[in-house]
Amino acid sequence: MAIEVRIPTILRTYTDGEKAVSGQGTTLSELFSDLETRHKGIEERIVDGGKLRRFVNVYLNDEDVRFLDGISTALKDGDSVTILPAVAGGSK
Amino acid sequence: MLTLTQALYDQIVGHARQDHPDEACGIVAGPAGTDRPERFVPMLNAARSPTFYEFDSKDLLKLYRELDDRDEDPVIVYHSHTATEAYPSRTDVTYANEPGAHYVLVSTADQDGLGEFQFRSYRIVGGVIREEEVQVVTAY
Repeated sequence: MAIEVRIPTILRTYTDGEKAVSGQGTTLSELFSDLETRHKGIEERIVDGGKLRRFVNVYLNDEDVRFLDGISTALKDGDSVTILPAVAGGSK
Repeated sequence: MLTLTQALYDQIVGHARQDHPDEACGIVAGPAGTDRPERFVPMLNAARSPTFYEFDSKDLLKLYRELDDRDEDPVIVYHSHTATEAYPSRTDVTYANEPGAHYVLVSTADQDGLGEFQFRSYRIVGGVIREEEVQVVTAY
């Protein structure tokens, strides 16, 4: 069961510069735990207290997983997951 | 130092003025590895707020796919402050996730008579802000 995970520039320090890595899991939560075994430190940049961080966007294929089941979103073989930090800020 | 054309400068300023009093945001893309801003890409501020901006999540995915396909970098990430100076706020630093980008801040506070118009550029890496010179040229 292989899932392709696309890694943003800011997290490539955890993947030896690789733009995409492969992982496995039946849910996003399992996938991130699996990535952590090979790319130590990456999980906590995406997950906080069992939830996706507010300013990290995760997409399953083309869909923002916030509109699916969040970190519990089910995965299947051949899926593609993209991680993108939000581009955000402001004067406040 | 950030070097950009007068045309791009005018487009960023125009977008900021148009969206005032809400914050405007966007990027200028350039060929990967060149540090040369070329393609102006205004983005929708999904927060539609005078004190906060965030790219819409669907637009963000589309944008990064496009950059990838065209082999481009986000050379400039810009946004406006509409009632305060053009200096990165704590929020700006927290969410600055492109260590290779020039973060351009424009202040449109002059439109409300609260200050002067400003166009400034910064590097924001690992929580540290470093202002840089802005050079406006007619062409590269």
